Amino acid sequence: MATKIFKHIQTSVVPLPIENIDTDQIIPARFLKATTRDGFGNNLFRDWRFDENDNPKADFVLNHPTFSGKVLVAGKNFGCGSSREHAAWAISDYGFDAVVSSFFADIFKGNALNNGLLPVQVSDDFLKKIFDAVYADHKAEVEIDLESQTITISSTGEKESFEINPYKKACLINGYDDIDYILSQKGKIEEFELAR
Amino acid sequence: MGQTLFDKIWDAHVVSSSEGFPDILYIDTHFIHEVTSPQAFDGLRQRGLPVFRPKQTVATADHNVPTIDQHLPIKEELSRYQVDMLTKNCKEFGVELYGLGHPYQGIVHVIGPELGITRPGGTYVCGDSHTSTHGAFGAIAFGIGTSQVEQVLATQCLLQSRPKRMKIEVNGKLQKGVGAKDIILYIIAQISAAGGTGYAVEYAGDTIRSLSMEGRMTICNMSIEMGARCGLIAPDETTINYVKGREFAPKGEEWDKAVAYWKTLYSDADASFDEVLSFKAEDIEPMITYGTNPGMGIGVTQHVPETASFEAKEQGSYKKALDYMGLHDDETLLGKPIDYVFIGSCTNSRIEDLRQVAEFVKGKHKADNVTVWVVPGSKQVQQQAIAEGLDKIFDAAGFPLREPGCSACLGMNEDKIPAGKYCVSTSNRNFEGRQGPNSRTFLASPLTAAASAITGVVTDIREFLKEEELV
Ligand code: SF4
Repeated sequence: MATKIFKHIQTSVVPLPIENIDTDQIIPARFLKATTRDGFGNNLFRDWRFDENDNPKADFVLNHPTFSGKVLVAGKNFGCGSSREHAAWAISDYGFDAVVSSFFADIFKGNALNNGLLPVQVSDDFLKKIFDAVYADHKAEVEIDLESQTITISSTGEKESFEINPYKKACLINGYDDIDYILSQKGKIEEFELAR
Repeated sequence: MGQTLFDKIWDAHVVSSSEGFPDILYIDTHFIHEVTSPQAFDGLRQRGLPVFRPKQTVATADHNVPTIDQHLPIKEELSRYQVDMLTKNCKEFGVELYGLGHPYQGIVHVIGPELGITRPGGTYVCGDSHTSTHGAFGAIAFGIGTSQVEQVLATQCLLQSRPKRMKIEVNGKLQKGVGAKDIILYIIAQISAAGGTGYAVEYAGDTIRSLSMEGRMTICNMSIEMGARCGLIAPDETTINYVKGREFAPKGEEWDKAVAYWKTLYSDADASFDEVLSFKAEDIEPMITYGTNPGMGIGVTQHVPETASFEAKEQGSYKKALDYMGLHDDETLLGKPIDYVFIGSCTNSRIEDLRQVAEFVKGKHKADNVTVWVVPGSKQVQQQAIAEGLDKIFDAAGFPLREPGCSACLGMNEDKIPAGKYCVSTSNRNFEGRQGPNSRTFLASPLTAAASAITGVVTDIREFLKEEELV
C-alpha cells in the first residue's frame, strides 16, 4: 500500500507559538472512540478551538479570519505525551501537510512520517523568524522542499536545512510503505526465529 | 569496549540492519488494546494479510471501559462499539483476548508483568506510550502508533533506528514517605518534559536497586514523560523472584536456561553512554506537579515558580499553564483544598500501591470535600486486594475500590474529573483536559494522594508520618 507522497510545498502558515503541545490537546481522548482514520480534523485542538457549547473561541488561531495555510508552525516539544496516531490523523485530516517546530516528541514524529505529514525541525532562531514574518504579514509564505531538505521564508529568502531519516525521505517522495519493505525480508525474519 | 544493557538486548533482536535504513527489530510480545488497534486490523484486511504471529500478540480492554458494573453491557454506545470491535478482531485474527470479565483483564501494562509475559531481555511494544513500564524487567519496551501496530501485527517486527543511550543514577537513602513516584517526578522536574527525547534511559544506582518491582515499574512507566523512547533497569534477584512462578513464566529447564541468560543482562563497567546524570536520594521530597506537563513539579513544601524566572519566549506558555490551573506565581500548594483523589493508572495501581495506601488509611476517614476513587490495575489486583481485606479498609475510609481499567487517568471512559475541579492523582499526565475537559490535575505519589484525601487539602505526608511515630 502506498504512503501519501510529499515533495514540495509553498503555502501560508498557521502560527501556534505554544510550547509542549501534547497530543491530548491535539485530539482529546474522548474523541478517540472512532474505529476508522477519518474525520478527526473536526476535533483538532477541540478544547482550544471550541467552548463547552461547541461555539468557536474567537481567540484561537484556527478560528482567526486571516491565518490559514497548509503548514502548522508551533512551539518546541510539539506532540509530546500519548502515542495516539489520531493526533497525526487529525492534523492531516484538517488539511495540514507539514508541521514546523524547534523540537518534536519522538513518537509523534514517527506517526506523522507514517502518514505523509512532514515534521520539519528548525532552530529556535529560525522558528522565531517564521513567527515574526507571519505576524508582520498574515499571508507570509514558506516553501518546504523535501528533496533538498530545506525550508525558506519566501518574503525574506531566509533558508534553513532540516534533518530527516534517509529511508523515511525515500518513503515520502516515492510513496513506499514500511510493511511492504519488511515483508520483502520475510525470509530473514523466519531465519531469525529459527536461530533463537 | 563493553556494551550497555540496552545494546545487548537490541543486538539480540536485530533481524536485519542495512546502511541508511532503520533496523528491523524483532518483537517478542505485542500488546494491543481497543483504542489504537481497530484501524490497524482494518489495514490488515485491506492488504489481505493475517496476523503474522498471533501467539505473540496479547489483547485486553482497558482504556474505554467503565470501572463499576463491568458485568453489564457498556452504556456508552461508541465505547461499547470499540470494545466489541476488539473482540471481533481478535476472534477473526486468532489473537488471545483478556476482555471484560476475564480473570486476566486489566490495564495492559499491569497484566503483562503480573502474568509473567514481560521478562528480562525481551522486546515489547504496544500502541500506548506507557509501554516503557515493561522496561523495569530489563527489557526494551516502547509505545508505538497505529501504523506501527499494523506493522507489528503483519510482520512481528518494527522498523526502528537505535536511540541514544542515557544513564540516570540515583544513590542514597530516601526520606520516610518518599517513594518511586517521587523519584521519577523529581527527575522529570530536573530535566524537563523533553529532557530524555531521543534516548533509551537506563536507571541505576543503589536507590533504584533497593526498589521493589512495583516501584521500578512506576519509574520506567514515566520515562515517556521526559520524552524518552524507553526506560530500563538491569534485572537482579528482585526481578527474578518476581517473575518466578507466574502464569506464563518459563518453567523447569527452560527457567534455568532463562535465568542464566538474564544474569548476563547488565551494562558492562566500561560501557559508554551518550549522557550520564546523577541524583541524590536525600534531595528528594514528596513531589507534586502544579502545571500542565509532568516536568512542572516541585517538592510539596516549595512554591510555584515566578513567571519572571523563565526566559521571555517561555513565559507565555508558562502563564497559560498557571491560568489553566487557577494558580499564581509563588503560590504554595500545601494546604490548597482539593475535590478529587484518584488512586490508579498504570503508574500506581498495583497490589503494592494498594497495600501501602490501605495501611496508611486504616482507621482514618476521607475529608467531606473530597471524592476518592481507588481503581485497581487489573482483575488480579482487585481479587488480591479483596482476599487481603483491603476493600474493607478502603470502604471504612470512604475510598471505594472500583473495577479495573484506565479510569480517570484519561478523560475517555465514564470516570472524568469535572471542569475546574482539583484532583490529586497518582497517574502520569497532568495535561490540560487529561482527566476530563477543564479538569485540574496535581500528580503525586499514592501516599501523598491518600494523605490529601484524609485532610481535604494538599498535604505533606511526612507530617503525618511524624505524628504517627509519636503516638
Ligand atoms: S492507565 Fe492511563 S497512562 Fe496507563 S495505559 Fe491507561 S490511559 Fe494510558
